[in-house]
Amino acid sequence: MFSRQRRNVLPGFRLTMGYTILYLCLIVIVPLLTLPVQSWELGWSAFWRVVSDARVVASYRLSIGAAFAAACVNAVFGLIVAWVLTRYRFPGQRLFDALIDLPFALPTAVAGITLTTLYAPNGWIGRYLNDLGVQVAFTPLGITVALTFIGLPFVVRTLQPVIDDLDLEIEEAASSLGATRWQILRRVVLPFLFPAWLTGFALAFARAIGEYGSVVFIAGNMPMRTEITPLLIITQLEQFNYAAATAIAVVLLVISFALLLAINGLQAWTSRRLAA
Amino acid sequence: MAGSSSRNHRTSGAAAHLTEPRWVRWGLIALTLGFLGLFLIVPLAAVFTEALGRGWSAYTGAISTPDTLSAVRLTLVAAGVAVPLNLVFGVAAGWAIAKFQFPGKNVLLTLIDLPFAVSPVIAGLIFVLLFGRQGWFGPWLAEHGIRIVFSVPGIILATIFVSFPFVAREIIPVMQAMGRDEEEAARVLGANGLQTFLRVTLPNIKWGLLYGVLLCNARAMGEFGAVSVVSGKIRGETNTLPLHVEILYNEYQFQAAFAAASLLALLAIVTLVLKTIVERHVGRTTVQPGTATDTLS
Repeated sequence: MFSRQRRNVLPGFRLTMGYTILYLCLIVIVPLLTLPVQSWELGWSAFWRVVSDARVVASYRLSIGAAFAAACVNAVFGLIVAWVLTRYRFPGQRLFDALIDLPFALPTAVAGITLTTLYAPNGWIGRYLNDLGVQVAFTPLGITVALTFIGLPFVVRTLQPVIDDLDLEIEEAASSLGATRWQILRRVVLPFLFPAWLTGFALAFARAIGEYGSVVFIAGNMPMRTEITPLLIITQLEQFNYAAATAIAVVLLVISFALLLAINGLQAWTSRRLAA
Repeated sequence: MAGSSSRNHRTSGAAAHLTEPRWVRWGLIALTLGFLGLFLIVPLAAVFTEALGRGWSAYTGAISTPDTLSAVRLTLVAAGVAVPLNLVFGVAAGWAIAKFQFPGKNVLLTLIDLPFAVSPVIAGLIFVLLFGRQGWFGPWLAEHGIRIVFSVPGIILATIFVSFPFVAREIIPVMQAMGRDEEEAARVLGANGLQTFLRVTLPNIKWGLLYGVLLCNARAMGEFGAVSVVSGKIRGETNTLPLHVEILYNEYQFQAAFAAASLLALLAIVTLVLKTIVERHVGRTTVQPGTATDTLS
């Protein structure tokens, strides 16, 4: 109560707040408002016809399915990588730790052409997979590989600080009460990590759904089979079919926002757990 | 995680009953190295191998063509406009949000994070809807002979949009953690607003600021999807370096494409090295899009 009545002696609130709101509106809010307004003008039945078209529905299924599969791969390996990088010591550890962020720093187009070259039937990796009868490039599997690359840092970077925060005394206590190492991991460590793990998974998933640059090269882009939703938006744009592009974009945006809300909820859960 | 800030309960210090059996440890380390090797190191090595596959002179030849050089120039221009603008915004937003109390703060933070949740393709699309020929301002712009979409201003706008939150979301938690006692003391002692900011606030936030600028710049220079939508891909005119990589690749000029890509890969490596250095000063902050809100509640 008392501190609320104290006058804030720092200047510049109006200036900085005004500028923040103005810039936010000009760069983000007004441009994004074009999407609901344009699709409103399209009318409900025309909107529905576009977004429920068989080719578009196939693209949602592919985008969501491949993003989900990639997020699952990252959840499993991300947990192992985060644990190993935080708890163990081995030569080259700092280097590997710094490299985790490569997918954030490497432009997606570079990732796209590189992964395509590696996994093409005559590529460094694709050659061997081809001998085994597995084709990666230009199939949904290739899309999953690209999305795994893009989402790799999320699970690792969300888990690392939480693992670092784990109090060793709790593990000590569990151990002195007779728990085996496996029981400690399963009953003590994993439940503690779970909210952050889920957050990392959701972040990787959300990022992968809208991803374009790294996927478009390796996908092959065949309608109904390997055509992701963002590419479909570009295809419509290139045919100057702005209305259809907008309608599909609205659906993609709604999916992303739903995930963002879920992530914020998870985050609140995580911080409550950490505070407790 | 970063250096000294991490607590020292590693395997080396922990008793045997507080870590996994040796074979499990080595198994997990092997899995980690295998996974990271396959997904990070092999691709990075492949970029440079493909770029240098036909020798050094072919490489330098490919990166010094006029089209590549003009693509580099446009990438530098786009980042050169986008990063300073987003830096000024980040500092302003940090000052308003971290030093003052007002209702709706969490809503504002979520809105700042919004560009992270938007697909790059959509980030391009919205500017086409605004400034394209059929867009809201399209007829007016055409009347006055101004081109934004399929031209440099559109590329810059799309770049600003996708790199929008980076500085703000790094700087807000840093300014929040700093509190405002020091600034208040400076004011009471007679410093004016600008002096307070330059002499008290800035020295405290400079590493956080640098960290945000690094991430912002990496995204601005590397953006592909959004820029691809608004560019029109006119060679020598509206082609950024990532777009140039795509064009060369689609023309089956693989070595030239990888040569151009290697410049961007070098940028990524430099970014990672600088980031590691800066992290030693700030401690690791969360770099994930969409996670700024929780640091404040």
